[in-house]
Amino acid sequence: MSPTILAAMHTSGTEAALFWIFGPIAVLAALGVVFARNTVHAALMLGGVMLILALFYAAQDAPFLAFVQVIVYTGAVMMLFLFVLMLVGVDTKERLVETLRGQRLATVVAGLGFLLLLIAGIGNAAIRTSEGLANANYPTNAAGQIQSGGNIYQVAKLIFTRYVFAFEVTSALLITAALGAMVLAHRQRVMPRRTQYELMRERFVRGAHPTPLPGPGVYARHNAVDTPALLPDGSFSELSVPTRIRELSAEQGRRPVPSSLGSAAGSDRSSAEGDER
Amino acid sequence: MSPMFYLYLSAVLFTLGAVGVLLRRNAIVVFMCIELMLNAANLALVTFSRINGNLDGQIIAFFVMVVAAAEVVVGLAVIVAVFRTRRSASVDDVNLLKY
Amino acid sequence: MLTTHAASGVFSVTWLIIAIPLASAAVLILGGRRTDRWGHLLGVAAPLASFVLGLVEFATLVGKPEVERSIDNHVFGWTIVEGFHADIGLQVDALSISFVLLITGVGSLIHIYSIGYMAHDPKRRLFFGYFNLFVAAMLLLVLGDNYLALYIGWEGVGLASYLLIGFWSYKPSAATAAKKAFVVNRVGDFGLSVAIMVMFATFGTFSFTGVFSAVHGADPATLNAIGLLLLLGACGKSAQVPLQSWLLDAMEGPTPVSALIHAATMVTAGVYLVARSAPIFDLAPTAQLAVTVVGAVTLLFGAIIGCAKDDIKKALAASTMSQIGYMILAVGLGPAGYAFGIAHLLTHGFFKAGLFLGAGSVMHATKDEVDMRRFGGLAKPMPLTFATFGLAYLAIIGFPGLSGWFTKDAIIDAAYHKGGTSGFVLGSAALIGAGITAFYMSRVVFMTFLGRPRWEADVHPHESPKVMTWPMILLAVGSIGAGYVLMLGGRFANFLAPVVGHSEEPSVQPASTAGLVTLAAMVVGVGIAALMYLRRPVPAVAPAGSFATVAARRDLYGDAFNESVFMRPGQYLTRLLVFFDNRVVDGAVNGIAAFFGGFSGRLRYVQTGFVRSYALSMLGGVAILVAALLMVRG
Repeated sequence: MSPTILAAMHTSGTEAALFWIFGPIAVLAALGVVFARNTVHAALMLGGVMLILALFYAAQDAPFLAFVQVIVYTGAVMMLFLFVLMLVGVDTKERLVETLRGQRLATVVAGLGFLLLLIAGIGNAAIRTSEGLANANYPTNAAGQIQSGGNIYQVAKLIFTRYVFAFEVTSALLITAALGAMVLAHRQRVMPRRTQYELMRERFVRGAHPTPLPGPGVYARHNAVDTPALLPDGSFSELSVPTRIRELSAEQGRRPVPSSLGSAAGSDRSSAEGDER
Repeated sequence: MSPMFYLYLSAVLFTLGAVGVLLRRNAIVVFMCIELMLNAANLALVTFSRINGNLDGQIIAFFVMVVAAAEVVVGLAVIVAVFRTRRSASVDDVNLLKY
Repeated sequence: MLTTHAASGVFSVTWLIIAIPLASAAVLILGGRRTDRWGHLLGVAAPLASFVLGLVEFATLVGKPEVERSIDNHVFGWTIVEGFHADIGLQVDALSISFVLLITGVGSLIHIYSIGYMAHDPKRRLFFGYFNLFVAAMLLLVLGDNYLALYIGWEGVGLASYLLIGFWSYKPSAATAAKKAFVVNRVGDFGLSVAIMVMFATFGTFSFTGVFSAVHGADPATLNAIGLLLLLGACGKSAQVPLQSWLLDAMEGPTPVSALIHAATMVTAGVYLVARSAPIFDLAPTAQLAVTVVGAVTLLFGAIIGCAKDDIKKALAASTMSQIGYMILAVGLGPAGYAFGIAHLLTHGFFKAGLFLGAGSVMHATKDEVDMRRFGGLAKPMPLTFATFGLAYLAIIGFPGLSGWFTKDAIIDAAYHKGGTSGFVLGSAALIGAGITAFYMSRVVFMTFLGRPRWEADVHPHESPKVMTWPMILLAVGSIGAGYVLMLGGRFANFLAPVVGHSEEPSVQPASTAGLVTLAAMVVGVGIAALMYLRRPVPAVAPAGSFATVAARRDLYGDAFNESVFMRPGQYLTRLLVFFDNRVVDGAVNGIAAFFGGFSGRLRYVQTGFVRSYALSMLGGVAILVAALLMVRG
């Protein structure tokens, strides 16, 4: 490239600093999206990438897109992602063992090849000069006076003139997408809704506990949540301890056993009723 | 600094998104990677807009966002529907349509 | 000679001669069981009506001056396209009216005879339908004024012959014989059809007048080719060597069929064809010589076979073959022989029909026995049959004064008159044939009617009913008288002259040298037969016999020849083609199919159902696309 063109393509020092700080962060975040085992982490990484891109849009004289990026992507789309994550199961961790033979190697080869080709293509592209958007955002008339109110004004002008038809079509697309989502997520009711009477009968026919379960710590020496309540005969009621707390205690190698009143009585009548919660 | 570097960054992000699609089995992560690719493309479009000195690139990036939003809505609905019937969000489990 | 005259008067309804039996056949074949009760009466009435019409036309024709005795009757245009006119027209002249009278006259007698002979057959009505169909086709054959109409009739009689030989198709032998007759006839028909094609290609017309007026400027090689092809057709239809093998088997049909189709009329169609094509053969010496050779060979061939057959019908069939050989020989002699050949054809029609009807009568009396070794002494219980059969026998061996004597001697004489070595050879062959004829026909008569009775215990021979004997009597009368009527004073030769040309020879003297020698040969033949079959008792089981006897019993190895020369190589060829088709053609097709089937069967495993695999392929494709773009952009 000739020096004049290089000069024309140079940007401000601030922007360069911005790029060289946030560009690598964006790449790292993208790597995180790809390789994070935890889905929520991946989603957060993606949000980060999107925010950085919004920053870059702003730096490239596209403030409207920058805000849309933040509102639509980081705001709406990412929230939708997280919502579905919660629905599907946030704690399912993906096993990273590859099941398709050769997929991983082929992916690396194809990805690297593709990346190299893209970079070669960009390097080869006959981009001589960068026009910048000053003229496009602030066009002037013959007398040198600025004609309009900046990027948002010009984008709106384009959308509602040259691209109005495409814009109207996108409205149809969005409505269709909304309807499609409703149809897909809708669950057909194949049996009549069960009444409270039926639910009650079902519960007692199975022989469930008729009364509210005892709260933890009742009649026990401690009223901590992981201390089971004592039954009238002095044995432990395992039912009185929430399932999650029981699991946590098991994970940490502890059983929720009261320290002083503990005896061997409780263990034999506990676990059969345990899944009611 | 030349605006060309935005393009290189866009290429890298796009490739990472593609690799993620190929490597990850969780349908939601796959979707995120697709979003990543779309965002990379948007970055390239915005950069082109700047290099060429007109706003059409930004308009197209805007439309891409709209389409991506619609796609996410439908795609996630599909994932939910599949998860409901198969109790799994893994794309490898959805392989009945084959030889 | 070649000019024809437009039809008028009775000749304008000539088409009725054909149409009446055709309509009757349609009624009888399509009418089904409801025509069973009166079907045979209709079947007899139709040829009788045609006969009456033919008689009227004959009388009218004789009353005309000689140059006007060829009447053309255009019936309808069959196929008319640019440059191709196929008309159906009828030509009444001396030749065709002779045949019309023979076919309808003898045909009517045999129809009447069949009423009695087929009385107990449940399908008698259908039999008469086929018979009428045959009569109609045969009349079209002889009345057509062009080769295409002739060909239609030719195929029609072939069809009728097939249907009637196989009339008792529940017998496998009858079904096979019908098929054999049909197949062998196809070979001859092929020759005729190619001959007609060559004619059309050369002369641009099928009509007799058109072709015959064009032959004088034609290339002799073409004429010889046409002649030889016509001869091939004649050989097929008339059971001449080398296409003779079907006739003996054709005796599987009912006896009236053998009498009418395979003795009196259809098998003589070849003679008619050669005589009708006289202008062509007169200009094609090679073809003419071939005709005489075929005739001479066949007359000896048939005579030799006839000596060894114990089946009465087959012996008569061999005799038919031999007699037609005489006719073919005669018409091959050119203008000198046409009239004699046709005359012999007419007289043969009478006496051979009589012989067959007699044989049928004998079979009728002996529970359908055909083996002559089980007859003997039948003259006493069946005097009428013996008398008529004997008269026909005397006629065929050429007993002086009977019809065969006039016509056969004339042929032998004409053959000697041909001159040169060929004339001597042909005449001698005919002479020897006459001697053998006397031998084998005497053998038939002696074994059947004379000697000690040899029939089975439960057989009670009796004379046939009147409906069968009367036709035999009438035919016997014809056997006696036809010779006088036709031959005395060269009457028939003069009558036919406008059609086939004048004979250079004066009418043959019955008492010529050749005639005397023939008479001597006949006496010798009868004498040998008397010594062998009258003086000595006839064994009930055929003796082993010499090599010649065995060969003659096996039709002189005609079937063996066909089998080894045509059938087996043909089978090997078919097997080879089947092998080729199975392995090479099917192999290639199936191989390609198997390749693509197997390939696809493996290729489908690419569809793993894993979205990520598909995505990988897409990424690879995109990479290739980008690489291609870069390469193109440089």
